[in-house]
Parts: sequence; C-alpha cells; structure tokens
Amino acid sequence: MSDFFTATVLFSTLAAGIRLSTPFLFAGLGEMIGQKSGVLNLGVEGVMLLSAFFAYWTALSTGSLWLAVLVGMLVGLLMGVVYGLITVVFHAEQGISGIGIFLFGLGFSDLMFQENVGTPKFTSKLPSVDIPLLSDIPHVGVAFFQHSAMTYTAFVMVPLVMILLRRTTFGTNIRAVGENPESADSLGVSVARMRFSAIVIGNTLAGVAGTALVLELGIFQPNLTAGRGFIAIALVYFGAWRAPGVMAGALLYGLVEATVITWKALGIIPRSLSDISAMAPAVITIGALVILARRVKPPAALTQPFSRH
Amino acid sequence: MHRLVSAVIPMLAALAAFACAAIILLALGANPFEGFRAMYTGAFGSVDRLSATAVRAVPLVLVGAGISISFRASVINIGGEGQIIAGALLSTVTALALPGLPPIILIPLVLFAGLVGGGIWGAVPGVLKAYASVNEILSTIMLNIVAVQFMNYMLRSPLIDPLEIERGTRIPQTERLSDNAALPTLISGTRFNLGVPVAVAAAVGAYFLLWRTPLGFRLRAVGHSPDAARAAGIPVERSVVSALALSGSLAGLAGAILVFGSEGQRMITDGSSAGFTGSAGFNGIVAALFGGLHPLWTIPSAYLFGGLITGANHLQRVLQVPAALAVTLNGIVVIFVVSSSKVRDRIGAILKARREFDHPANESTSSPPAEEVAAT
Amino acid sequence: MRNKNRSRRFKLLRFVAAVMALGLLASACGDDSDDGEATGTTAPATTAPATTAAAETPLKIALVAPSASDDLAFTQSMVDAINALSDPVDLSITDGTFVIEDAAAAIRGYAEAGNEIVVAHGTQFGASLAEIAPDFPEVTFLWGTSTDTQGLANVFAYSPDAAEGGYVNGVVAAAISASGSIGVVGPIEAGDAVTYITGFNNGALANGATDVSITYTGSFGDVALAAEAATALIINGADVLTGSAQMVVGAVGVASDEGVPWFGTQANQTSLDPSLVVASQVYHWEVILEEMIDQREAGVLGGEAFEINLANGGLEIEFNDGFDLSADARAAGDAAIAGIIDGSIDPNG
Repeated sequence: MSDFFTATVLFSTLAAGIRLSTPFLFAGLGEMIGQKSGVLNLGVEGVMLLSAFFAYWTALSTGSLWLAVLVGMLVGLLMGVVYGLITVVFHAEQGISGIGIFLFGLGFSDLMFQENVGTPKFTSKLPSVDIPLLSDIPHVGVAFFQHSAMTYTAFVMVPLVMILLRRTTFGTNIRAVGENPESADSLGVSVARMRFSAIVIGNTLAGVAGTALVLELGIFQPNLTAGRGFIAIALVYFGAWRAPGVMAGALLYGLVEATVITWKALGIIPRSLSDISAMAPAVITIGALVILARRVKPPAALTQPFSRH
Repeated sequence: MHRLVSAVIPMLAALAAFACAAIILLALGANPFEGFRAMYTGAFGSVDRLSATAVRAVPLVLVGAGISISFRASVINIGGEGQIIAGALLSTVTALALPGLPPIILIPLVLFAGLVGGGIWGAVPGVLKAYASVNEILSTIMLNIVAVQFMNYMLRSPLIDPLEIERGTRIPQTERLSDNAALPTLISGTRFNLGVPVAVAAAVGAYFLLWRTPLGFRLRAVGHSPDAARAAGIPVERSVVSALALSGSLAGLAGAILVFGSEGQRMITDGSSAGFTGSAGFNGIVAALFGGLHPLWTIPSAYLFGGLITGANHLQRVLQVPAALAVTLNGIVVIFVVSSSKVRDRIGAILKARREFDHPANESTSSPPAEEVAAT
Repeated sequence: MRNKNRSRRFKLLRFVAAVMALGLLASACGDDSDDGEATGTTAPATTAPATTAAAETPLKIALVAPSASDDLAFTQSMVDAINALSDPVDLSITDGTFVIEDAAAAIRGYAEAGNEIVVAHGTQFGASLAEIAPDFPEVTFLWGTSTDTQGLANVFAYSPDAAEGGYVNGVVAAAISASGSIGVVGPIEAGDAVTYITGFNNGALANGATDVSITYTGSFGDVALAAEAATALIINGADVLTGSAQMVVGAVGVASDEGVPWFGTQANQTSLDPSLVVASQVYHWEVILEEMIDQREAGVLGGEAFEINLANGGLEIEFNDGFDLSADARAAGDAAIAGIIDGSIDPNG
C-alpha cells in the first residue's frame, strides 16, 4: 500500500497495460482496414473467439505454438472469406451478418471446446522475448522490452498498416472504394475485389487478436474474449480511422484497465468501489474523445453495399 | 419466373442453414430430423410454446422498434444492452419506492420508469454525438460496459435485498418487488403477459411516430440528408438526441418488462449483461434490420427470432446436446437468411432486367452516409 | 445499415412461410414417437413419487446450470455429485444457460417432461423457481446455492458453508507464506465468492498473515483481467494466492508461471497445476442429495434447506500430494478442520 508510487509498480502497470492492449490493437487495426474499404464488421468478437479456440486446441494437441499461431490466423482468414462472401458477393446487410458471425463464433467456439477439450487445462504460453540490452534497462526493460513476440508484432503492425493504406496502390484503392465506390469503379478498380481483400486482411487480424489473447493466457474458456471484440470496434472510431489513433485508443483502454486492477490489488481503490472503478476504461475513453473533439468523417461509403447498375 | 425465384431462394437459404445445422447435429451424434422437429414444436408447437416465444420476443420487438427509429435517423445504436439495464434499474427503484400503489397506477408507472431510464441512457450518446462529435457506435459500446458495472454495484450494494445481508449470502438481487407491479398473465396457464401487447403497441406507436408526426418527419429527413434537413430549418442536433433517446426508451421499456413480466418478480445480476438481457440489445438489431427497419415488420421478425431461440433451447433439452449449439444455430440461420435476401434480389434482377427502368435510382446508395451528422 | 427498399417486407413474409413449411416438413419426417420432452407427462410414475418401483426404474433428474458441466467449478461439482448417487439415475442436463429467462424455460420444460427432480443450480434461478414450483406439486425442485426454500413445499434448498473451507485454506496459506502477504482474486463482491473469501481472510489472519489483499475484478468471465490481478498481487508482495469463480484460471496461470502456490475452491483444481495447487475445497453435494431423495421417497417433496459443511462431509479439503506441504502447515490445517467441526472456531467470526 505504501509503495504504490514506486517505480516497480508503475512500470509493471505499464507492462500490464501493453499486454492488455495487444488484442485490441490487432483487432482494431483489422476492423479499421475493413471499414476503410466501406465494410463494417460487427462480428470481430466471434472471429476472435473462433481463432482463440482453434489456436488453443492446436497448441494443446500438438504442443507447437508456431502451429497454433498459424491455425489462429487461418481461422481468421477463413472467417474473412466467409464474411467477404456474405457482404461482398451476396451483398448482405452488414449489421445483421456481423451479429450473425458474432453469435456463430460465440456458440461454435463454446461447442467445440466442450466437445473436444471439456475440462480447462493449460497449454504452453507465448514465451517472453527479451530484447537484448534494452530489456536490461532497470524498470523500462520490464515495461517495454520483455513482452511476447505477438505484442511486439502488434505495435510493428501500426506503421505497416499506415504504409499499406497510404503508400501502396492497394491501400489507395481500398480507401477509394470506401470513399466513393462509383468513381473507383469507373476508374477500373474492382470494388468487390478490394473490399473482399480488406475483409480478409481485417478478419485475419481479428483472428490474430484472439490467438494473442489465448496464448498469452495459455487457457481457453467459453466467451474468453469477454467483449474485447466490441471494444476493438469502438476503438476504430476513437482512432478516427488512423492506425496511430487506434493504437492510442488501445493503449489508453489497456492502461486504464491495468491501472484500475493494480490499484485494486494495492488497496488504493477500496473494495466497495470495485465495480464503479471498473467503469473507468469506458468512461475515460469517452471523456478523452470529448476533450479531443475531433470531427472526422468515416469512410463515406461505410456499410453501403455496391453493385453496378 | 421472378416470383418463383422469390419464393424458392429463402427456402433454399433456410434449407442450407438447416443442412449446416444437420451436419453439426450428426457430428454430435443426434438425429437432425428429431432436432428440427423439436425446434419447431419447442417454438410453435402449442399455445404454451407460442406464448413462451411471444414473451421471449418482447425485448426483441422493443429494441428492434427503437433501432428502426434511430437507424431511420441514420444513428446506429448498439447500446441496447445498456439501455435495457438502465430502464430495468429505474423501474425497479420505482417499485421499491412505491410498493403500495394499486396495480392500475403502479404498472403504468414502472413501465414509464423503464421508458425514462432507457431514454436517459440513450440520450447520453445522443448528446455526445450531437454536441461533442463522439461517434455513437463508440459511446454506445462503452456505455454498455458502464451499465453492467453500475447494475452490479446497485444490486450488490444499495438495492440488495436486506435478507441477503442478514443471512450473509449476499446474492446480488433486490427483494421481491411489489406484486402490484407484476404484469398480469393474460392467457392463464401460459407465460403470455401484459408485456406482449404493450410491446406490440409500442411498435405500432413507433410506426405512427415515424410516419405520422412532425418529429418522425424530422428524424427521417435528418436520416435522409442532414445537410438538406438543416437547410430546411430542422434542428439536426436535437433530432439526433431525440432519435437515440427514443430508441433507448423503447429498450428501457423492455428492461422494465423483463423485470416485472419475469417469473422472478425481482432484479438479479449474474455479473454480465447477457444473463439479464439475453443479448436482446444485439439480437434486436437483427430483428429490426430483418424487418426492414420498419417498426411494424419488426414484430413478426422478432417473433421469428424469438422462436429460433426458444426452439433451439427446446432442441437442446430433447436431444441433450450441448447448450452452446443453440447460439451456434442462431448465428447460422441469421447468416444464411441475410445472405439469401440479396441473392434473391440479384437473380431477380438478372431475370427481370427491365425492372431497373420501372424504378427510380436506388435512393440509399446515393444518399449521404450516416455519420455526416457527426461532422456538422 | 440504411433504409431498404420496400420489397423487404415481402421477403420476410416469404421467409416466415418457408420456415413454417420446413418446420412442418421436419415434423412429418421426424420420428413418430412423441416429442422427447413430452414423453414423461403421460407416465403414471410421476404422479406417485413414492413407489416401490423407484428402486428399479432410474430416478429422472434434470439439471439446469449457468456454466459448463465440466467447468472444474460450481456446475461440475453438482454433475459429479449426481453421478455419485447410489441409486440409478437418468440425468438430463442443460448447462451453460446463464440467461435467466432461458433457464426458467428449461426448468419448466423439464418439470413438464416428467422429471421427478429438477435441480435449479444457480442462485439467480430462485426467483423464477418461486413461480414455477407451485405449478408442479409432484416434482421436487432443488435450488442452490440458497439457504431458504422461499416457503415452497416442493423445494429443497442447498448451500455450502464455503467460509469453512475458506478458513482452512486461509490457515494453511498463512502457514506457508514467507512474506505474510496473501492475494485473493474474486469476481464481483457478492454471493458465494464473498463467503469463501471472508472465511479465507479470517483463517489467514488468525494464523499470522499480515496482509490479505482482496481484488474483485468486476467480472465472472474476464480471464485476462484475473491474470493481471494476480500479477499485480504478486508484484505487491503476495507469495500465496487463491480465488473464486470461473475466471480464476487466468490467475492460476500467472501463479503457475511465478511459482506461487494456489488454493482452490468448488472443485479439485489440482489438474490445473499438479505441483503448485496446495489444496482445494471440494463440494460433495451427494451427501445431502441422498437425504433429499430419501425424503422424497418418504413422501416429503421439499420444504427444507440443507447445507454442506466440514462436519457432514459435504465439504472436504483435498490436499494435493504433489505439493510438498510441511508437516506443520498440514497440522495447522487439520487443526482448523477439527476446530470448525467441534465448533471451537467460527470461520465467519
């Protein structure tokens, strides 16, 4: 209690915040890429759960984390293909189909878990990869340079996604079909193909998010994600469709969560306020947006199916 | 020919969904035909089942009607879960404060309290959107989280049944609420209670509000084009707040009905929102969109979705398959059906290309996006 | 998600028609025998619960529970108990049903289907049960965890005195803690979790612990948050951990990584880490289930609240042989058990 302000506690809270923000960051970036192309995906939570389960099951039955990550990604990719078929090929209502994917993922991951695993048991977890030299810096090393490879990857994704969307033809075309599909189409860009690709990339990232979550914990449970997929969707709006913005949102939410849980453990937050303080990440995220008061337009064609007339 | 396709495609979609379900059932070692039969009888097999399905559909109708209002104004409300909880809490507090009032006063009062509670919880993201440019998808998702924690706090602390403290069992529930507030059962021997006609009436009310009142006209105008609405002198900001407040109030009414039409006649939490709402805040969106964002069509749409839930649960009990199968089936049916409606359109369009000329250009693709309101 | 053209309403109608047609088709194709749930309603056995035939025909029991039947916690404890009964049992399970409305429908459905005993295995189902039980006077309902039957003649209530096992766990935890600082991870501060944690706190403090830090994460399901809570507790100096509810597996994972001993409750959690789980408080409901069934066979369908505790053997502290527990610590635990049984120790005091 007396040492709540000590460096050890402070930096370990930072480390916890970064760990918690990793799934948000992967899923948020994925959702952002999809929305940039004009497709809203409310099914992130379901995809995360499916990938989390299959990655866990793979790790449990083969013992290979590499294979587990691969399977988690593939499940995300597969769900991307499914969602692409639903929304791009069949032109389905994005709101409903996303909720359909969410329900399916929630139920099917639970069903598969009960049928194939049942009693919870641990698998090996993602090892912490210490960055040479940097991880030895007192305190700072613990906070920033002793994470799993997944966490580093999440943050490396931020500039990569920026480059993809801003500096490549592929990215320009994705943004074009999200802003004005008609003119993109008239310029010879295939709206369907761009959107399909964006959805597949986005869902693969959602799959990676679920994989990162489950392999950090080493165990799966029904509804393991506990709403993180929906928070990731919200963070895309926080980040105003920019990768660094999504990262800022993920970090803010994760750090506030970590701070609250640490302060509870230290007794700084009294037990009587445990639920009230659990509201803090949500309230502070809204509050931060109010203060920032950004007026950013979403991709103009978001949620609108496109078909040539 | 076109008519034939229109009839056949949804059949094929339903068949495809059932085929998927059949594969899963077979994998679980269950007989799919028995399964579907159980699903059908569980949802629609008797007066009792039909009533249970109606009761299960009530929150979906209300959330769905609310979603229709907000989406018509181009405001996306994913905050149904939180709004249901807010309505339930305020109506519960009302019943706790005034237990002695006669039913004829107390029942309308608690329902009204539900409307107000949900309305407040819906107005918050409305105000944030209209005056602080906070996107409503973000704020409604976040406010769902806040509502759950607030409910847990209220039910384990200020509103907890004093008996629970006395016994030391500390179950997070209120005391049994006044019987004067209980929604009466209308068909004896079934669960069919006053909540069902109230929900239907509310959906009809939402329809009249949208198409027969100046407010409804303003909401739809804002949804159609905020800039044009503003040019026509419509207060866009206030309309956005109204849309979300109205949408939230209908969800809040669902919350009140969940408390006072439930078998338990008290409010209790298992720590999550879904335990209390049954995820109606999300499923209501499905009901609304499937009903074409038309409050009246939301009624049969919600009833069907309610049947999907009660039917799948019955299937689980009869075949003794894992309960998670029910949610899985819901997801599969939603995905296939929503995909099919557009396939039908496309095939129909190919078969009857002439149709293009009969219709003016599709309005929805040329109208401005929902979020422009935020930017103004 | 925008306005749709007006032909949608017809699509909906067609879909309704399609579903109805398929449903009828499925009904026609389905097995000719009566609907599985309804078979029992016509069976005469349900109207006379106390028949001599009961010994030969298996007892029809249905269980409705909020979490999975193999959750290594609350629900599994009841499934194991029913399977441990000496009489032959025909058990139906609806697990993972945390939606209270759906659970109520399941309880009613099983009662209608001719089950003789329906177990509503969740405190949150009690309110619904109060409405359902009077409609089925021939059926015995078991409801827990609860300490009262709500005055219903055909309801038996059951509850664990979780504070007792919590106290014992706390005593042993304090005995093996070098720092005297012990961490606890809970869900929300309510129900069973509070009972267990209160007992644990009292036991630990009674045996020399200096600091018991209790963290409620605010969720029964958030495994990641439970893991971070455990991490924070360990950084704050805790060298022994315990916790209650399903999400604690996250905390066990962290304890495992950090080599911190763990105390379990509700079910034997040794399988999660065979070298670090010290002891688990295990619920053996069968002790009181047998009594309830005997009463039913004697014609008493309910009206009594049962409790499992250390004295009646319904609560058991299962020590893990894989953990190298010192003889002193074990003795302290055994002394606490004896003290609670003979009444010299009040775990809630």
